[in-house]
Amino acid sequence: MDVLPGVDPRAPLLEVNDLHVEFRTQYGVAKAVNGANFWLTPGETLAILGESGCGKSVTAQAIMGILDSPPGFITKGQVKYRGVDLLGLSEQQRRKVRANRIAMIFQDALSALNPVYTVGFQLGELFRIHRGMSRADARKRSVDLLEQVKIPAAKTRVNDYPHQFSGGMRQRVMIAMALALDPEVLIADEPTTALDVTVQAQIMGLLAELQRQRNMGLILITHDMGVVADVADRISVMYAGKVVEEAPVYDIYARPAHPYTKALLESIPRLDQKGQELNVIRGLPPALTDIPKGCAFNPRCRYAKDPCRQDPAPPAYAVAPHRTARCHFFREVLGE
Amino acid sequence: MSDVVLETKGLVKHFPITQGIVFKTKVGAVQAVDGVDLQLRRGETLGVVGESGCGKSTLAKLLVGLEKPTAGSIMVRGQDMVRLRGNELRKARRNIQMVLQDPYTSLNPRMTVGDIIGEPFEIHPEVVPRKGRERAVQDLLDTVGLNPDHINRYPHQFSGGQRQRIGIARALALKPEIIVCDEPVSALDVSIQAQVINLLERLQNEFGLSYIFIAHDLSVVRHIADRVAVMYLGRVVELGYDREIYDQPTHPYTQALLSAVPVPDPRLRGHRDQIVLEGDVPSPANPPSGCRFRTRCWKAQDVCAKQDPTLVPRERSPHPSACHFAEIRDVVHGH
Repeated sequence: MDVLPGVDPRAPLLEVNDLHVEFRTQYGVAKAVNGANFWLTPGETLAILGESGCGKSVTAQAIMGILDSPPGFITKGQVKYRGVDLLGLSEQQRRKVRANRIAMIFQDALSALNPVYTVGFQLGELFRIHRGMSRADARKRSVDLLEQVKIPAAKTRVNDYPHQFSGGMRQRVMIAMALALDPEVLIADEPTTALDVTVQAQIMGLLAELQRQRNMGLILITHDMGVVADVADRISVMYAGKVVEEAPVYDIYARPAHPYTKALLESIPRLDQKGQELNVIRGLPPALTDIPKGCAFNPRCRYAKDPCRQDPAPPAYAVAPHRTARCHFFREVLGE
Repeated sequence: MSDVVLETKGLVKHFPITQGIVFKTKVGAVQAVDGVDLQLRRGETLGVVGESGCGKSTLAKLLVGLEKPTAGSIMVRGQDMVRLRGNELRKARRNIQMVLQDPYTSLNPRMTVGDIIGEPFEIHPEVVPRKGRERAVQDLLDTVGLNPDHINRYPHQFSGGQRQRIGIARALALKPEIIVCDEPVSALDVSIQAQVINLLERLQNEFGLSYIFIAHDLSVVRHIADRVAVMYLGRVVELGYDREIYDQPTHPYTQALLSAVPVPDPRLRGHRDQIVLEGDVPSPANPPSGCRFRTRCWKAQDVCAKQDPTLVPRERSPHPSACHFAEIRDVVHGH
């Protein structure tokens, strides 16, 4: 593996500090990410939870360096991998980080894979380009990988095209591709949203197993509070481009500290009990071109008071060790 | 509650698979729906759950008459919808309306909201006289929680949740007794989902509607349904009240399906029965003999391949279950 200058093995695996991303469009500047902060340690699963348009996928793209630019621009912040700020690297150096150190799987495997090449060719490409392997060796490794992600008859299926696989199998191919070069960080952007529940269970089980074997850090981007409760160690809840609450998984479900998290938890129907009328978060998420002053959630919040409607936005208050919430009234929300 | 408003008997829909361009010869059939018997009672919500390809959307299309069944009957108010023609069919259809999944593609972008919601009146002019239509559309907008002054706006000026409300208003226009909802909330964010679910429940109480609620999200179905039918490869494999299906499932497929749904409570992690099924759903063009679930079932024995289990109550299943070895197993609650 190529050595990245300045890598400090003792530094945190991944750290995102005050990340800002905006999209400059003809309709105005859409502020997709407005100061995202989080970190990740080896073997840990961090869930980034949020609804459409909260900036979770854009954050992932910024970390990977695959943001469409223009219109997307990173205006501020750092993405540090083992102490190296990735945003300061040249494109050549970033290519070495991608897939080697930090890899990503996407929601829709069919559009993420190239339809005109076989799965084996696309997997082998990684080894040939990043590792300089011969075609024959690359092919052998591809078969190995497909076996690791438990695709039956990997030896013959390596010659199939993406459309010949079912949705679940295709997602396995994506996972194989992401893990090909033994990355230390895997970002999974809604990996099971397009799949049926029984297939989702298979894929989440596979991801957890591979993560354990490799002691990999996993960032799981999702809107599904059920999946998060099943696999995450820590959760970052995003709203309008900010991490509004960050906490260990047990704490957040037992006692949310931010009104948005609380409302979100109350608004989902549950499988194990028949509820009364669901609690509703009134209104809509804000347009990213016109984010409300102060706390972005204030127009929808039942705790909102005057300070919430004024700038500056609430800072990340320390609620407990390893736990923050961007709400002036977190004590009230916690029920203290 | 025993007042049945809709009943299907032996409902079958096979889509032919043909070969050749000039002389199309039939080489097989996709058995999308293969013998479904259901009853819908007045004022109740019947949930239909299952994974992609199980035939639940085809069932919805059959019920509202968008597809013609290969065999079977759909009885509404004592009339067989399948056999009705012309004017009688048109009249009968008024009574059974549909809410579609994707509010982005199911509303014509070139029509105003008023035209979209008022269009059913063009086809059924007897419902509201021409003069009263604008008023009627505004009332409908108000009923579903939209601003009646927005009657001249276009769909793109509304958010996803609001668009789904427009779709619901359109379904209500003809004052039907039955509404078939095909995945009405699956395209929406969770916070918006709750708003639409609450709206559907309120409308049901207000107008005494009966819903067929089709969804792949089992938690949503539990919330809204009184009874639930679980489908697998074109057939109903288990049928019962929500508590019977969720707390005492007896069909192995239902059990596997329920155990795969994540519960938003980390304390249950590792304390729930997890059944992970192997492999994928077989092709509906070539379903397994006998019980269709046997290829993925851990209980399967020889009899399952030979004898097709019928949907009836069994010794260890107080509610109908299509499994020779039906037995209660609680997979939802932690232990």
